[in-house]
Amino acid sequence: MSKKQNETEVVKHHLIQRRKPNRSVGGDIGVYIFLLLVGIAMVFPLVFAINMSLKPLDELFMFPPKVFARNPTLDNFADLFVNMSKSTVAFSRYVFNTVFITAVGTAGHLLIASMGAFVLAKYQFPGNQTFFKLVTTAMMFTGYVTQIPNYIIISKLGWVDTFWACIIPAFAFPMGFFLMKQFMEGLPSTLIEAAKIDGASEWKVFTKIVMPNVKPAWLTMIIYSVQALWNNQQATFIFSEEKKTLVYALNQIMGGGIARTGQAQAVLIIVIAVPITIFMFTESQILETMASSGLKD
Amino acid sequence: MSSKYFDKYVTLRKHNAKVAWKKAKISKMCYLFLAPYALLFTMFYILPVINSIFFSFTYYNILEPARFIGIHNYVSLILEDDVFLIGVKNTFMIAIITGPLGYVLSFLFAWLINELPRWIRAITIVVFYAPSISGTLYTVFKILFQGDYYGPVNSILINWGIIDAPILWFNDPRYMLPICMVIILWMSLGAGFLSFVAGLQGIDGSQYEAGYMDGVKNRWQELWYITLPNMKPMLMFGAVMTITSSFGVCDVTMQLCGYPSTDYAARTIVTHLFDYGFSRFEMGYACAIATMLFLIMILCNKAIQSLLRRVGT
Repeated sequence: MSKKQNETEVVKHHLIQRRKPNRSVGGDIGVYIFLLLVGIAMVFPLVFAINMSLKPLDELFMFPPKVFARNPTLDNFADLFVNMSKSTVAFSRYVFNTVFITAVGTAGHLLIASMGAFVLAKYQFPGNQTFFKLVTTAMMFTGYVTQIPNYIIISKLGWVDTFWACIIPAFAFPMGFFLMKQFMEGLPSTLIEAAKIDGASEWKVFTKIVMPNVKPAWLTMIIYSVQALWNNQQATFIFSEEKKTLVYALNQIMGGGIARTGQAQAVLIIVIAVPITIFMFTESQILETMASSGLKD
Repeated sequence: MSSKYFDKYVTLRKHNAKVAWKKAKISKMCYLFLAPYALLFTMFYILPVINSIFFSFTYYNILEPARFIGIHNYVSLILEDDVFLIGVKNTFMIAIITGPLGYVLSFLFAWLINELPRWIRAITIVVFYAPSISGTLYTVFKILFQGDYYGPVNSILINWGIIDAPILWFNDPRYMLPICMVIILWMSLGAGFLSFVAGLQGIDGSQYEAGYMDGVKNRWQELWYITLPNMKPMLMFGAVMTITSSFGVCDVTMQLCGYPSTDYAARTIVTHLFDYGFSRFEMGYACAIATMLFLIMILCNKAIQSLLRRVGT
């Protein structure tokens, strides 16, 4: 009996210890309620999209509309693969294109950017500071500024209407490089020096010592690269229908008007499920990487 | 006399160059490792900026060789192109409202969820970050704000008797920009937000304990005197992310309000760039737009960075 009491005392003590001493209870409750309300507002569009994709046709056009599907069905998803397999380009083809572009682009980005980030983080050589400054500056304007000249360069290279137009520029994505370099700086130099004394070459050091130790940064690179490539429409670079991506298909189906609402939401769910799922499973590692994301100067 | 100094200077420079060359030779491995990335980075990030500045002074339509026309593109952009000015106005309105607000909200939420228990915090981060990481989830607003009776927002407002006829949300210039801004704010908890969350987790707890001893009374004092000064590098990173995305707005407005939108009410600088670059193939003109956007982004970043450097000093 007294033992149990003792235990509760310990637990109580522990709880009190964990609370910061300068917080008011009222303030904490207020914060929780506020976060709950904002969280509901943030998640509502997602819940709505999921329910729309599960609604049968008669529920999609009900007045007044309901948020939750009463008789959820997977018909909309089946329609995508069954009905659209008879169209000029099968739905599965869009899926394949997107998966291919995302996988190859991410793998190349991971290898090439990590190699560069490794020497920039761990060695002193003429020009390293300048190059890193250029990369951080690129993060400040990246995106649409370079779209037009990129198109000119890609067309000069003869890559228009090939997957390379999407894949190769993605290798040079500056944010992945930046985050990897920042994270590698936190790696103890003694680890590398010890391997070198044992006679390992730079390449061995990179593949056997450095890369296995920066897994959180890999995952972060992967999530940002996947997010960019997966949602990449690149309608400007690719005009053959059989090379288009999922997001393009999504826009086409949405453009098909309200009769396609259910199917459009089904594609949307497929499109957003991938980045969200990856993020859910890698969250703690990504946060570990972001801890070193700060810009110092 | 002066030539003697000059000779000395030349020999010194020669010496320096030799030393640098020797150093470079020693670090041959480093250059080999960096080469693939450096090559691609130059090709798709540095060269485009230089190209863009070059072509902005020419008339270029890809088919014919570029013809030099001086600053004519810039003159017509600023003096003759009313639609561009609408785009600039809209972009600045979006950037000035959603940029700072989104930035502050990112920090506020990161700070508030920092003290939640671990599992709840992990779920909250997913919920808050989902709109940004999902990329295309915002297209669901097209259905929420559908313009007919069946559109959820319209039907709720009609049921409650607030309006008696459906509103064409994305066709009426009065509603287009405000709705887009709300959606952009909803998506604004991005990479900067994650950086803030991670940074807050990394602050050494002993600093807070020292703070209690020194009489930090409530969470607001703690925020100002301990948390913010510790977060400076993350605040910088977040600012870069926010500025880049808020001046680059185009996806949300193009998807939801159409392209072109009614009365160009949702036109942004980037939309204008697409219009001239990929619809009319006036590459020179489009490059002038891109160069201006580039300058706006870089200048704004530099200004905000020098401002943030003063936090906690």
